[in-house]
Amino acid sequence: MKVFAFSKRNDLEILRDPLNLLFGVGFPIVLLLLLTVIQRNIPVALFEIEHLAPGIIVFGLSFMTLFSATLIAKDRGSSFLQRLYTTPLTAGDFIMGYLLPILPICIAQSVICFAMAVLLGLHVTIHILTSVLFTLPVALLFVSLGLLCGSIFTDKQVGGICGALLTNLTAWLSGIWFDLGLVGGAFQKIANLLPFVHAVEMERAVLRGDYAGVFPHIWWVMGYAAAVTAIAVFAFLRQMKRQ
Amino acid sequence: MDAIKTVELTKEYKDLTAVDGLNLTVRQGELLSLLGVNGAGKTTTIKMLTRLTQPTSGDAYLLGKSILTESAAVKNMIAVSPQETAVAPNLTVWENLELIAGVHGLNKDEAKGKVTELSGRFGLGEVANKRAGKLSGGWQRRLSIAMALISDPQILFLDEPTLGLDVLARSDLWDMIRALKGSMTVILTTHYMEEAEALSDRVAIMKNGRLLLTGTPAEIKRRAGTDKFDEAFVRIVKEAVV
Repeated sequence: MKVFAFSKRNDLEILRDPLNLLFGVGFPIVLLLLLTVIQRNIPVALFEIEHLAPGIIVFGLSFMTLFSATLIAKDRGSSFLQRLYTTPLTAGDFIMGYLLPILPICIAQSVICFAMAVLLGLHVTIHILTSVLFTLPVALLFVSLGLLCGSIFTDKQVGGICGALLTNLTAWLSGIWFDLGLVGGAFQKIANLLPFVHAVEMERAVLRGDYAGVFPHIWWVMGYAAAVTAIAVFAFLRQMKRQ
Repeated sequence: MDAIKTVELTKEYKDLTAVDGLNLTVRQGELLSLLGVNGAGKTTTIKMLTRLTQPTSGDAYLLGKSILTESAAVKNMIAVSPQETAVAPNLTVWENLELIAGVHGLNKDEAKGKVTELSGRFGLGEVANKRAGKLSGGWQRRLSIAMALISDPQILFLDEPTLGLDVLARSDLWDMIRALKGSMTVILTTHYMEEAEALSDRVAIMKNGRLLLTGTPAEIKRRAGTDKFDEAFVRIVKEAVV
C-alpha cells in the first residue's frame, strides 16, 4: 500500500507533464511517420517498417531515462523527498516506487508505437505481442539509468546528460537509421560494446519471429540492465544517506 | 513522559560542530520555538530528531523511543512540514493529501476520511482539485501543514512555516498553528520573533550549535531586562560567549 501510493504519485507526475507526452509518444510517432514517407519516395530499402519500428521503440524508451531522472533529481532538489524520508517509507519502497511505475508506461509507449507501425503497413502477427514483452529488459535498463542519473545529477544536468547525450548515443550507436557495418572500424566496435544496438537487434529478431536471433543480444541487454540497476540502487542509497 | 529529551546530542561535520552536546527537554503538548541566527544549529537539530541526519554522538528520545535504535517507531509518531514547500506539484491538493495518507499505511476508507477532515479543517475544499504547483505560496504552506497532520502525529516539526508569506496568509497560518496547541507537541523554527512570541509556550535559543537558554517568552524578556522580545533575543545572542 505504501509503495503503491508512492508509485501512483510518480506515474501521475510523469504523465501529467505535457513535455513528457510530447517526447515520449509524439516524437517516436512523428519519426515513424516521417521515415515511412521518406521510404516510400526512395528506391532503396532503408526505413522499411519491419526494420524501423523496433528501432524507434528502443529510441523512444531512451526518453524514459530522461523522465525518470528528471523526476528523481527534482524531488532531491526540493524538500519533497526529505519530507518523504521522514515517513515510514523504507529505502526499498523508494527504489521500487521510482523503478516500477515507469515500466507500464514503457509498455504503453511500445504498444502505441506498434499500433502506429501497423497503420503504416506492419503485418499483424503474434510476434508484435512478443516484441512488446521483450521491451521489458530494455525498459528496465533505461529506467534504471534514470534512477542512476537522478541520484547523482541535478535536474539541470539531467536535461543535458539524459536529454541530449543519452538520446543521441541511443540514436547513433544503435543501428536504427543505418547499418553500423557501413561505418565500421572503431565506431562499430564501440557500438557493439554498448547495449543499444543489441536492444534493437533483439527486438528486430523477435518481430520477425527469429527467436534464435535474440541471442546473444539479450545477454548484452540483460547484463547491462542488471549492472545498471545494481549501480543505480547503490547510488540512490548513497544519496539518501547523504541527505 | 517528556515528548522529546535530547542527551548530549552532537553533530559534527569535517571541520564544523553544527550541534554541540544539546540537552533539551520538550514537554508533551507544548509548542516550543527553536530560535537562533543562521548557523545556530536549529535545522541540524530538527534533521537529527526527524531521522534525516545521523548524530555523531549522543541520543534523543521521542516519547521514550531512541532515534538511534528505534527509528521506525520514531518515524511513526512524527511529521514534518519542511522549510521549503514540499508538495508534489503535478498532483492536486486532494491527491497530495491522499499520497501522504497512503505512505503512512492508511487504507482507502481511512485515507478518505482523514483527507476530508483535514481538507475541511484547513479550508482546502475550494482548491481540492487544483494542482498544488499552481497554488499561491500561502495555500501551498497550508497544504504542506495539512499533509503533515494526515498521520495524526504526536510530535510535529514546523520548519519556518510562514517564511515569505504576506501578513494575511501568515495570520491565517498562525490561527491554524494555535489550534494545534495541546493536541500534539509542536517544534517550530522561525526567524520571526513576533511569531515565536505569539505562538510559543516556551522558547529555546541556540548559538553556534549550543543551547543558550530555554524559557517562556515572558521569562526571556525578564532575563534580558527588556519588554520587547526581539530585543531580548538580540541581547542574549550577542552577549553569549560560546
